[in-house]
Amino acid sequence: MALLQISEPGESAAPHEHRLAIGIDLGTTNSLVATVRSGMAVVLNDELGRSLLPSVVRYGVDGAVEVGYDAQARQAADPRNTIVSVKRFMGRGIKDIEHVESMAYDFVEAEGMVKLRTAQGVKSPVEVSADILRALRERAELSLGGQITGAVITVPAYFDDAQRQATKDAARLAGINVLRLLNEPTAAAIAYGLDNAAEGIYAVYDLGGGTFDISILKLAKGVFQVLATGGDSALGGDDFDHRVFCWIIEQAKLAPLSHEDARLLQIRAREAKEYLTTHGEAPITARLSTGEFVDLKLTTAIFNEITHTLVHKTLGPTRKALRDAGLSPDEIAGVVMVGGATRMPQIQKAVEDFFGCEPLNNLDPDKVVALGAATQANLLAGNRAAGDDWLLLDVIPLSLGIETMGGLVEKIIPRNSTIPVARAQEFTTFKDGQTAMALHVVQGERELVSDCRSLARFELRGMPPMVAGAARIRVTFQVDADGLLSVTAREQTSGHEAHIEVKPSYGLSDDEIAAMLKDGYTHASDDAFRRALREVQVEAQRLVEAVQSALKEDSHLLSTLERAHIDACMARLQAVMIGDDRRAIDAAMDALSKGTAEFAARRMNQSVQRALAGKKVEEL
Amino acid sequence: MTITLSDAAAQHVSRFIAKRGRGIGVRLGVKTSGCSGMAYKLEFADVAEPEDVVFESHGLKVLVDPKSLPYLDGTELDYTKEGLNEGFKFKNPNVKDQCGCGESFNV
Repeated sequence: MALLQISEPGESAAPHEHRLAIGIDLGTTNSLVATVRSGMAVVLNDELGRSLLPSVVRYGVDGAVEVGYDAQARQAADPRNTIVSVKRFMGRGIKDIEHVESMAYDFVEAEGMVKLRTAQGVKSPVEVSADILRALRERAELSLGGQITGAVITVPAYFDDAQRQATKDAARLAGINVLRLLNEPTAAAIAYGLDNAAEGIYAVYDLGGGTFDISILKLAKGVFQVLATGGDSALGGDDFDHRVFCWIIEQAKLAPLSHEDARLLQIRAREAKEYLTTHGEAPITARLSTGEFVDLKLTTAIFNEITHTLVHKTLGPTRKALRDAGLSPDEIAGVVMVGGATRMPQIQKAVEDFFGCEPLNNLDPDKVVALGAATQANLLAGNRAAGDDWLLLDVIPLSLGIETMGGLVEKIIPRNSTIPVARAQEFTTFKDGQTAMALHVVQGERELVSDCRSLARFELRGMPPMVAGAARIRVTFQVDADGLLSVTAREQTSGHEAHIEVKPSYGLSDDEIAAMLKDGYTHASDDAFRRALREVQVEAQRLVEAVQSALKEDSHLLSTLERAHIDACMARLQAVMIGDDRRAIDAAMDALSKGTAEFAARRMNQSVQRALAGKKVEEL
Repeated sequence: MTITLSDAAAQHVSRFIAKRGRGIGVRLGVKTSGCSGMAYKLEFADVAEPEDVVFESHGLKVLVDPKSLPYLDGTELDYTKEGLNEGFKFKNPNVKDQCGCGESFNV
């Protein structure tokens, strides 16, 4: 018979209506699946009692698809068809990927996302991830004895829209209903926050296989708020392996390696790193296909030395996230350690030194994220216990805005806004009779479009022709709970509407995000100047166009002398407005306005007379 | 009249209650639903209702409402693993037949 779990009072499900929800930590190196059983979050193990599923997929020549340990065991023998760390390729172009040269894959450059040629054809990272997710879903269904209602899948906080969308697509392909994508550090906070129920400000230091995330979270009255996030999506335990791998090649003076040998040494490098967590010295031995024999000893001192810069690299984003949140390290009540790489003693020490407090690590750092995701999934599936009505707030990492005249960015949603969020702003037309408007959605902290990242372009057409400035176009930005953006533009009088879901072709690398943020700070005053200049230039252009169109219609109202004066003022303005002297532009605009004041008055009189001509007072 | 917990069930119940942080025991019951007429109810108990019949097993309280009791008398609640799945199982001597999945039953 079916096996039952203990429900919350009054929440017993009717037969066959159990809401089985799971949390999935889709990691770079390892993935996990967890659920809530009788009120307790647990990681689901495989038949052999192993909780981790290596995020490795092998597409065999015989048509078999192996996932996890089986695939990992064969990776040295069949590197080309064995895909590891596929998460690094999600939503990425080939240019975004580090160490491409040392990877054994046959990359196929494709529109947007890179693809891999295997014995079973060309596979996209989405398909490879779907195979991992499918294995986890099957494990969960066997463990829970039924169909899964839905899943919460975690992603790094820094994943952009393309990477999030790719993750959702992979889940759909694996037949999983995604209840929500959840940021990994937020999931960790759920796992810890609920268990310890301690109020205060916490940092989540998450060094996984391939990504580093730092998040500053505020836990108060059962509410989680993410104050700031930062990180480096191309830094993780794999990089430590890579340093050791390079060290082995250097020490053993090896010639360029075959793919099989390279893979073998990468495995040896990882084993040595893991061994050093509990030992002072790790032996590294390997027999290569060339007959060469590697026999080295890696000591903790050498390991710390060759990986020192990597450890240090995590502290930069940590400092920045604190600065974003307006906090200093001593205001942090505790640091949550997440990710297998945080087991390394030098990481623990660096974090302790930085924050001046011992990091929290009483939960298994490999499982924390999955446990938090399961807790969240359980709530979203409706298995809510009394008192579990906490809110979950998350933030967007970079400001979202729209291009306005002059190549300026109008920020609509500022960075670190909590999501889900919707903000709207009204824009108007620049030219008389304008019936269409091009909208350019950008992401970044700078004032000029050319310094930000373009996310999408679309057009609003079919607006009724009106004089410049009369149309009202309401642009709404909406970021859903998964961090995906949709933009709607609506002309208010006619109701014409255009809409776009933003799925950028591929993502920003983290270095780019970091560089964009840094740029935003260093260029703040410069940008403010350039913005003011552009604004004045746009205003000048608008004035020139207004005067030109007035002259075209009503130049008969002016004497030759007056016309010459206006022309002179206009020529002067046109000459200075391309320069960068704001005062000169202001002065020339002033002169033109004064020079045309009398003309404007006469035009006004004329149109009033025309309007009144032949009409009786009573008709008005 | 008696309702008991197996060793394994008692261990898991006390672990789950400790983890949950509150609760006085477990509540067992039946309700009329499902493809074979009746279904089991297994919940954490925070308060005892005045009419509840309370059994003690392995130091844990097992609460049953009087209407459910006739259908559950003699039941042992067990905790077992079946393959990867694990959970509680009602060993109920009153059951005449049950639906294929065992989630609901008839007496």
